[in-house]
Amino acid sequence: MIWIRRFAVAFLGLVFALGLAADWVAPAPYARQFRAEPNAPPSREFPLGLDGLGRDRFSRLLQGTRISLLLAPAAALIAISVALLIGGSAGFLGGWWDHAAMRVTDLFLSLPWLFLFLTARAMLPLNVAPSASIVITFAMMGLLGWASSARVIRSAVPELLSSEFALYARACGCAEPRIWRRHLLPHLRVLLTAQFWILIPVFILGEASLGLLGLGVAEPLPSWGNLIRELESVPALAEYWVLAPVLLLAAVMICFQLVKTGRGVQTF
Amino acid sequence: MNGAPDAAKPSLSGRVARHAVSLLLTLLLGGFFGALLLRFGPGFDVDERDLDMRYSAQSREAIHRERAGDRNIFSFYVRYIERAAQGDFGVSRSLAVPVSELIATRAGVTTRLIGLGLAFGWTLGLGFAVASVRWRKPAVIVFSETFCGVALSLPAAVVALLVFLTAGPVSLVIGIAIFPRVFRFARDLFEKALDRPQVLAASARGVAERWIFLRYVVRPAWAPLIALAGVSVSIAFGAAIPVEVICDLPGLGQLAWKAALARDLPVLVSLTLIVTAITLAANAVADVALEAART
Amino acid sequence: MRWLPCLLACQALFAQGELRFNLRHEPKTLNPILAAEDASQAIAYLTGGVLIRVNRLTQELQPELAESWKVAPDNRSIVIHIRKGVRFSDGTPFTAEDVAWTLQTATDPKLHSPAGESFSAKGSPARGQVLGPDAVSIVFAAPVASLERLFDQLPILSSKSPLKEKAALGPFMVASYQPGIEVVLRRNPNYWKKDASGKQLPYLDAVRLPIQQNREIEFARFSRGEIHLINQLEPELFDRLKKANPEAAFDAGPSTDVDFLWFNQVAGASIPDYKKDWFRSRNFRNAISRAINREDLCRVVFRGRGRPAVGPFSPANKFWFNAKLTPSRFDPTAALKLLQQDGFSRKGDVLFDKQGHAVEFSVITNAGNRIRERMAVLIQQDLQAIGVKLNIVTLDFPSLIERITKTFQYESCLLGLTNVDLDPNEMMNIWMSSSEDHGWNPSQKTPATPWEAEIDNLMRAQSAAGERLKRKALFDRVQEILRQEEPYIYLAHRNSLSAVSPSLRGVHPAALFPQTYWDIEHLSLK
Repeated sequence: MIWIRRFAVAFLGLVFALGLAADWVAPAPYARQFRAEPNAPPSREFPLGLDGLGRDRFSRLLQGTRISLLLAPAAALIAISVALLIGGSAGFLGGWWDHAAMRVTDLFLSLPWLFLFLTARAMLPLNVAPSASIVITFAMMGLLGWASSARVIRSAVPELLSSEFALYARACGCAEPRIWRRHLLPHLRVLLTAQFWILIPVFILGEASLGLLGLGVAEPLPSWGNLIRELESVPALAEYWVLAPVLLLAAVMICFQLVKTGRGVQTF
Repeated sequence: MNGAPDAAKPSLSGRVARHAVSLLLTLLLGGFFGALLLRFGPGFDVDERDLDMRYSAQSREAIHRERAGDRNIFSFYVRYIERAAQGDFGVSRSLAVPVSELIATRAGVTTRLIGLGLAFGWTLGLGFAVASVRWRKPAVIVFSETFCGVALSLPAAVVALLVFLTAGPVSLVIGIAIFPRVFRFARDLFEKALDRPQVLAASARGVAERWIFLRYVVRPAWAPLIALAGVSVSIAFGAAIPVEVICDLPGLGQLAWKAALARDLPVLVSLTLIVTAITLAANAVADVALEAART
Repeated sequence: MRWLPCLLACQALFAQGELRFNLRHEPKTLNPILAAEDASQAIAYLTGGVLIRVNRLTQELQPELAESWKVAPDNRSIVIHIRKGVRFSDGTPFTAEDVAWTLQTATDPKLHSPAGESFSAKGSPARGQVLGPDAVSIVFAAPVASLERLFDQLPILSSKSPLKEKAALGPFMVASYQPGIEVVLRRNPNYWKKDASGKQLPYLDAVRLPIQQNREIEFARFSRGEIHLINQLEPELFDRLKKANPEAAFDAGPSTDVDFLWFNQVAGASIPDYKKDWFRSRNFRNAISRAINREDLCRVVFRGRGRPAVGPFSPANKFWFNAKLTPSRFDPTAALKLLQQDGFSRKGDVLFDKQGHAVEFSVITNAGNRIRERMAVLIQQDLQAIGVKLNIVTLDFPSLIERITKTFQYESCLLGLTNVDLDPNEMMNIWMSSSEDHGWNPSQKTPATPWEAEIDNLMRAQSAAGERLKRKALFDRVQEILRQEEPYIYLAHRNSLSAVSPSLRGVHPAALFPQTYWDIEHLSLK
């Protein structure tokens, strides 16, 4: 198992490094259009071929790595924080607050938020810098995407509160904040990290659908999300190299998980 | 102090009544917020016919006048609720068909899609979780993580397209959207439970593995799993939208998408109410089951 | 392999003489006179019988339910003699009264029938007067240029049939409609047309129209033989078809569609004054036009199946296209020279106007339209070469319509236009400066520029001229002014591409709607 973990760490390090160094590593500028041969298949010069506008897919993938791998985790962090605040307080305080918080959570799960994104786009100036629009989009996704995690956290908190170790700590006269810090949060961490890792790809892909509405990453900037959207048009089976962004996203997700599970493996 | 004060518990019927009132209020608020979001989003007042050069200025004005009644969202919503209480959900603005008819003909498609998808996703998720916890072999872990990672990384639209091209069952797409959440979540919970000293003690005592697994691993994971079950219904509905749009399934998800693009107020408000009702119901059932599991 | 049994089952289900092709949207109405969008119009075309048809290949008028007609010299009225012995699908006889009644219904202001709208002149509707069982006269409130072509869009309804608008005069009638799933048409047993050998038309027994939006899935269905036709095929899919099944791929040459870009010239728009100055300058518009590489646009976006546009009409419009004009040639140096005349100057990689503002503007276009998004990205790169920064904003359609018709919160817009009618009179609303459809600066009280005033006058003159060649000369001049001033920067006409199953016989794809099945009554399946 240890070699798997090492491999995963190395792979993640490589992807991050390549993403950060995209400007120097990429064989071609990500926006450059080689118009003579759009849709060219992979070659030595362009390892993943050219897209419909003649742009180097490999360079775009590297550039997209930076945007997606920096912003999606940030958005997931926002969502998890809000979820912890709402779900945790609901589970801890109980009573009417629990009730109200859970109703709000239910509403957040069911409202057509699409229109809020449309309104946000309408309120932004048309010539907004691409970076500002990306950050706003991810921030909004983070602020709106907490509801399902909040419910899950809320359900776990009472269990923890009535667990033996919490009872014991309380019986020993331990103060509430300390109980939270030393006993409850570490136990919640498993839950929180699981939710966190689920939300990252959700946000990465979500950004692509928002790109359809004029929010998110504006042309010609690439992101993993809008690179994956290419799969909706090209017969992916015939042109397997178009699958590269999905495979990379999947590989990153898998490696993160392997790093996590690879730590302290026990046999049953 | 901790959530459920045992003293001064109101009577059961009182609690049920209070619960019902709060659910109903939430439902009404959901519909209203849905209408509000649509009303103040861009493009509420426009009609595609605005771009059809065959229409004269007078006709366009007349078309806009027909819609002007919905501009005041408060009075629209009050009227809507009044009529909805009598079973009349209004007429679709874009399709000119009664909303109740639209929903009645489409609900079956979505119910089947989501039902099968949920069943599939949960079976797969729990199955993989149990397998990867019980046989903690690198091969099993890597395989299940790979499967999960790929499922997480493929957008529902792409899976839908692939499923169509290979003529597979469409509910597979919903299942694939649900599976990673169930799998990761359940696996983490099981693993956490395995690390507990009771497990070590029990296996030292020579208790059968299967028994340990059920007693010490699966049982404590009940509560959060039930909560996830409630939430997964909303997630499934969210995934149904791209699936129905791509595969042209005439279900509620596709209707929601078309209504959103056409700014169809009556349809959208009705659908928001339905989704809110389902979410509330699923989570309320989960809450009740949760309490039952605890006591 | 799983779909093989399914395919066999499907084939058993479908009738032999049943043509199948997709509708890309839910039809908003099955009433032929109310049809406004593509799906409804397709059904109206297949089920509605019209008096006079514009032949989609020759673009000449041909008699259908009208045996003959005569337009009065003042272009205000027409007398039509209808075909005798024709019956609606339910057996009700077709009479002159039906024509008058249809006209009255279509022009009812409450119905908003687009076909009826065209029959209004000077704000009041045309009226029909029955002259006898086989003759009807239709009188307009004001002269209308080549008014007989309007009848191509007016399917005749029955005034007496108990089935009302469901009684059809066209080759097919609606048999069933399952919202969200499909529309099925059955052959009209009383259709009046016969082929050369005296056999009653249409040859096909039925037309099945599944409602299907996704182009990839539509294409997959065609490849599996589940549908027979695809109109307006996307260039990428056309290329794929051409490779896999060359005899099924048809390119009918340039279509009447045109994609174009325009700048917001509305005086009250909420954009900075210096930008308004740019947009109102002819030199600026010409320069942007010259900086766009239209050849690349056609080659990359349309995969060579399109041609640079010079004006609103493409060569597909045989009579009205002004063949003397040539599209703006790609020449960044010339573009920069034009900009210098307005005081713009380039410092490094950035272009500045005479007050020192860096030249940057946004273009809005409708989201989800792959072709237009790509066009925008190509233009972005072209403009970068002359130091102009273009920001691309894709919006969903209602948001876009709101910006270009109501709030005018945009700088430039990239959109396309489908010409339903070949006659420029139908575009009156676009060119008149007082109209709401005068895209770049609508609803002007008095024309803002001398050239817009001239276009107004020319359009009025051509509408009143009556004589076709005279009208052509006047409209040629309009096209010339548009070419010089470029209020709309015309980019490209895409070709009319279609997929036709080899099992379908008698297809002659045309550039005009409905490309492959305009002579549906003559099509047959092997």
